[in-house]
Amino acid sequence: MVKRTLTDKLAILSDAAKYDASCASSGGEKRDSRDGKGMGSSGGSGICHAYAPDGRCISLLKILMTNFCIYDCAYCINRASSRVERARFSVEEVVSLTVEFYRRNYIEGLFLSSGIIRSPDDTMADMVRIARNLRQEENFRGYIHLKTIPSASQELIDEAGKWADRLSINVEMPTEKSLTEFAPEKSAKNIRQSMAGVRMRREESRSGPSFRGKRPARFAPAGQSTQVIVGADGASDRTILTQSAGLYASYGLSRVYYSAFSPIPDPAKALPLKPPPLVREHRLYQADWLLRFYGFGVEEIGGGSGMLDLEVDPKTAWALEHRERFPVDVNRASREELLRVPGFGTKTVGRILAARRRGLVRYEHLKAMGAVMKNAQAFIVAGGWSPRGMLEADALRARFAPQPQQMALF
Amino acid sequence: MRQVVLPRVGTVAAWRREARALAAAGVPAEEVIWSVGGASGDLFAAGGEGRTGALPRTPEYFRQEEAGTRLRLPKAAVDTIESAMCHSDRERFARGYRLVLRLSRGEAVWGDRADADVGCVLRQAKAVGRDIHKMHAFVRFREVEGTGARRAFAAWFEPEHNCVERGTPFFAKRFGDMDWVIATPGVTARFVEGRLSFEETGDVARPPEDATEELWRTYYASIFNPARLMVKAMCAEMPKKYWKNLPEAELIPGLVAGAEARVRQMAETAPAAVPHGRAEKVRERTRALLAEAEPDDALGRLHREIGACARCGICPKATAPVPGEGPVSAELMIVGEQPGDHEDLSGRPFVGPSGRLLDESAEAAGLDRGAAYVTNAVKGFKYAPRGKRRIHSKPDAGEVERCRWWLDLERELVAPKLILSMGATAAEALTGTGKGILKRRGRIEEAEDGTPVLLTMHPSYLLRIPDAGRAEAERAAFREDLGAAARLLQGMA
Repeated sequence: MVKRTLTDKLAILSDAAKYDASCASSGGEKRDSRDGKGMGSSGGSGICHAYAPDGRCISLLKILMTNFCIYDCAYCINRASSRVERARFSVEEVVSLTVEFYRRNYIEGLFLSSGIIRSPDDTMADMVRIARNLRQEENFRGYIHLKTIPSASQELIDEAGKWADRLSINVEMPTEKSLTEFAPEKSAKNIRQSMAGVRMRREESRSGPSFRGKRPARFAPAGQSTQVIVGADGASDRTILTQSAGLYASYGLSRVYYSAFSPIPDPAKALPLKPPPLVREHRLYQADWLLRFYGFGVEEIGGGSGMLDLEVDPKTAWALEHRERFPVDVNRASREELLRVPGFGTKTVGRILAARRRGLVRYEHLKAMGAVMKNAQAFIVAGGWSPRGMLEADALRARFAPQPQQMALF
Repeated sequence: MRQVVLPRVGTVAAWRREARALAAAGVPAEEVIWSVGGASGDLFAAGGEGRTGALPRTPEYFRQEEAGTRLRLPKAAVDTIESAMCHSDRERFARGYRLVLRLSRGEAVWGDRADADVGCVLRQAKAVGRDIHKMHAFVRFREVEGTGARRAFAAWFEPEHNCVERGTPFFAKRFGDMDWVIATPGVTARFVEGRLSFEETGDVARPPEDATEELWRTYYASIFNPARLMVKAMCAEMPKKYWKNLPEAELIPGLVAGAEARVRQMAETAPAAVPHGRAEKVRERTRALLAEAEPDDALGRLHREIGACARCGICPKATAPVPGEGPVSAELMIVGEQPGDHEDLSGRPFVGPSGRLLDESAEAAGLDRGAAYVTNAVKGFKYAPRGKRRIHSKPDAGEVERCRWWLDLERELVAPKLILSMGATAAEALTGTGKGILKRRGRIEEAEDGTPVLLTMHPSYLLRIPDAGRAEAERAAFREDLGAAARLLQGMA
């Protein structure tokens, strides 16, 4: 085989990494290099240093250490039976790419994942070595996200959490059954146990109260996340969201990422021919937010079919189904009621509650508070505003759904 | 009318000083004309003596101060107003001064977005914040020749607002071990040997391209997924006005144009009918690699079977079934209800708060927990998710019945002389009914096979009693039951 150049490897191994949705670099430990002895800073909100034409942010150098893999997961471009080009970075190459990119302000840090070579432990050990080198030899204080390898030993995960800001392991599929079907070498139980281990280590590492009363975790300070592939199996949105609710409750995950299964070069036979619409992924994120920040329960989201409405966002869809709970009076309603109004976000609700102490909140104030009035107006009563017949109108849904398009005449 | 000319470097700090002095002198907002230009920041080096302001510190100035307004503002307001003063709007200084006066006199309330001045300042501060954020994102350094041991980098950036002074301390924190220069059309920030300074930009030449940029472009092109083309989303976050200084932006038109063909090609690639020969071999080797060694004792094998159980819906939603723990030769078997949050995470029975209470009580009662086999009637954690927590839910009769399969096997293997049954669920699994546990506690009943079963309460019940007096009484009774178990075992020996 011809020896590959660094550029070739980078092309192959970043191409192989692009199916992971996560690129977050926010949260975690506050660090900087004002002392002049190292490089990098982290903590606070993340920064997206570029956007690719797919609309996704590029915040981290997202690469695989290698795309050789002994697993054969049907949805994955790097599965053992795929005919893609293979490459492998050395530890030093990854470290140097990260440092040089970081110094030029291209990235916030490294997101390292890998195909599994030789054995899970061998692979994980190399990944840990990269993180340790960055921290100890390069004094790198930027962000590191390591994707842990399923079935890697607890000692390696323990060391990974010492160097990395975030650890993640992908649950991949909405149900155990489809995981067994699509990824025969992976075990759902194993993946859950790995997440349980990370949560326990994080809790053990919270020591010494900070002056805000919150005790920060030293182990994987930016928490853990996971990703689930949407549309490869037949799972409904409610099945997917039920799994997420369980994961958030069980392992204190920072995020569950939904990734609409993407067509790949050299697909496996087990995959459906057509990818799901990207808007499904978007609706799942919206619903995920409703679960976490808006007090919705899984059973409230999505209608009888268990599928989210693709035309209308899940909160509006819920409001249209529950018109008897509206209009909500913005001057009297509780926080919980306000959070359920379409067009009101958590910040807007906070501002409304603060403004109510100063006096009557009028319709025209709401826009300045960040409300999307086009969505909200039918569902609220405010100073100088009442929706009158809007709420009862049969055509209310049509105000939100996209206009029907006439079929083109040929 | 008073004319106040602010310097190009140190503009906001100068505005603040001037505003404070003007307010003290009681100068109304509409009598001041603000502008930027002319003098450089050096004038301020002399500690305020070279002020461009209209008010020298004369006795008259101090008399006026008494008549004027003393500025008192909420802390959050000061920071936001200063941020808004970096905006490119020419009216910003006048508006800022007017707002500062109105806030101090109580004519406006900070945070009231319905007020025109407050609303505008908040909007402009947000625009500046966004511009600074984009600066942090889109500055691209190129390596240049350094003078000392530190590596040196330079960048050219064109922000929309005057945010160099406010935005660059971020880079000083981030790139503490290198020297760098960020030049913009107005002001240049220079970080040398750990010191950050600002000057008016003299040289507008862009730094020469460096070799790493080609690698970065390779990365940018490869990380793009043509199957998800969303140009609008990209342009919303990376507006075109920034493109001219981004090395990767020149690739965008080509990537967008080529995307459709790449997707078509993927769609036309049929799945390989026969996977290549190597794959089957790899799969087999992987299977062998992942296969776990068979435990060599019967209890180990049973635990492994329990671990793989999916007889009901509980365990796939929890982490994993939690088998019992303890020596196979144990004379005492302790049976609880089901694992809780801690037990589920660690995969071991009674390690959470209930486990600690059990340990303490057993020690006080002279019962050796380490010598006992500890397990649960139901092996999985049944819960309802509530945000970031799991709320315990009681297993139903069907689930208890199904899981009894495992409990019976454990009992058969361990063959204890005595079983301590804690709580209603355990009683149900062991004696057939969990009813009336409050009355039955302390009694000895029999399991199906005749093994004596001593009934007591579940420690988690003891933890939930709100009344301190009653809780203590119940705990004492629990210790007594454990003590009775210890005495019974001694009698049996």
